[in-house]
Amino acid sequence: MKTPIYLDYHATTPVDPRVLETMLPYFTEKFGNAASRNHSFGWAAEEAVEAAREQVAQVIGASAREVIFTSGATESDNLALVGVAEFYREKGDHIITSPLEHKAVLDTCNMLEQRGFRVTYLDVDRQGMIDLDQLRDSITDKTILVSLMAANNEIGTINPLGRIGAICREKGVLFHTDATQGVGHMPLDVEEMNIDLASYSGHKIYGPKGVGALYVRRRNPRVRLSPIIHGGGHERGMRSGTLNVPGIVGFGRAAEIMRVDYDKEQAHLIELRDRLHQGLARELEQVHLNGHPTERHPGNLNISFAYVEGESLLMGISDIAVSSGSACTSASLEPSYVLRALGVGDELAHSSIRFGIGRFTTIEEVDYTIRRVVEEVSRLRELSPLWEMAQEGIDLSTVKWSAH
Amino acid sequence: MAYSDKVIDHYKNPRNAGSFSKEEENVGTGVVGAPECGDVMKLQIKVENERIVDARFKTFGCGSAIASSSLATEWVKGKTLDEAMTIQNTEIVKELSLPPVKIHCSVLAEDAIKTAIADYRKKQDGSSGGE
Repeated sequence: MKTPIYLDYHATTPVDPRVLETMLPYFTEKFGNAASRNHSFGWAAEEAVEAAREQVAQVIGASAREVIFTSGATESDNLALVGVAEFYREKGDHIITSPLEHKAVLDTCNMLEQRGFRVTYLDVDRQGMIDLDQLRDSITDKTILVSLMAANNEIGTINPLGRIGAICREKGVLFHTDATQGVGHMPLDVEEMNIDLASYSGHKIYGPKGVGALYVRRRNPRVRLSPIIHGGGHERGMRSGTLNVPGIVGFGRAAEIMRVDYDKEQAHLIELRDRLHQGLARELEQVHLNGHPTERHPGNLNISFAYVEGESLLMGISDIAVSSGSACTSASLEPSYVLRALGVGDELAHSSIRFGIGRFTTIEEVDYTIRRVVEEVSRLRELSPLWEMAQEGIDLSTVKWSAH
Repeated sequence: MAYSDKVIDHYKNPRNAGSFSKEEENVGTGVVGAPECGDVMKLQIKVENERIVDARFKTFGCGSAIASSSLATEWVKGKTLDEAMTIQNTEIVKELSLPPVKIHCSVLAEDAIKTAIADYRKKQDGSSGGE
């Protein structure tokens, strides 16, 4: 076993060697521009792009003609939200989303609010679930779009896409899902679930960075978008710009592997994730799971180790790459907005660690991680005045702290 | 974030970690910070003849907060109470090469020293007042 160990698969994934192999010719001998219609270099590139489009579509049960290639899921989210908002402005000015969405959705909603749109942020419960009745009640005749993610990137909670889709279809509003973390990790079918737009990217599924897709429904209903990038009318006019052929080819192969190996991958992730969770919970007290106990991404384990600050724990397990909801690890110096929205309390948000298990994680790595985390949490608790007070039976919520 | 070697050293080998009994006559205790802010420091001093003869700390917080309080216990030992009152957070920043986002850790350590001294003095006033 080699260190450092990578357990941050929600942040990004390594390119699968099979994917890389598929991509390589498209950097060198097959370097053509897919928009060059008058020679064989262009034809070869176009053919490869169309084959990849089929693969990228299939992983979510879509047809190839409904897939637009972008630079990544952030761009796809921007295109979905801004594109729909601008195109359907005459019809309405109201969008519904959740406070747990990725910043690519939240910051875009914020920008749309500044442009005069109204945004409803649904309530979420302690496990990150929305209330479907509240969703139904929030839809008005001015609502044009509901945007709710497939699986949450921090806590792994999976939204009931099929039921959300059914409500949106019944009410006649468009349904966009940021499926970046969900693709290949949960059942996802745009037809069955009545999804009208879906964002996803290559680098979260063992493909390359810098390439993503937006699924845009063509029939029942036909979804229209105002483009946000202009110049050449590529991708049915919705996203201009020369196609990233090697990236798209890799994304296609990555999506195909996710689809074909779905069951195997799911079983691998769940086995290791549960082993990690059980190992930690067996050895340590006061280990709190963040997110939903069952409706969650198979590779996600988000845990708060009470009385231990997250960044100090990361420092102690520096040979294991994970991430924390602690304020000290974020650029904003605020603890995770996702955990805050759940109402877990800032104290537990500061103590949270996200473990992301992936395709290449091994049992040895999980067992090593359990051992190291247990050692370090135990050491830091011995050093923690809060742990000491809790051991003495002091209720920390009754203490008057000197806030700073 | 890259940590300085000194921060890492204090984090891995904290000096004077632990607790004195709060009940002891010659112990002053300072607890500063708040859990929801992500750091709480407890710093204790043991005093003989106005001089700090020993110190302990426990800290919930990031590596820089642990290092700042660990360093603070080293610095107060052997100092008189008046001398210890003059320790500035900027000296801690310099010694540990703390980046700007971690300056609050040093401020907290300075507060912890001052609060512990105030607690000790209050105890002494209380006991002498009772006689």
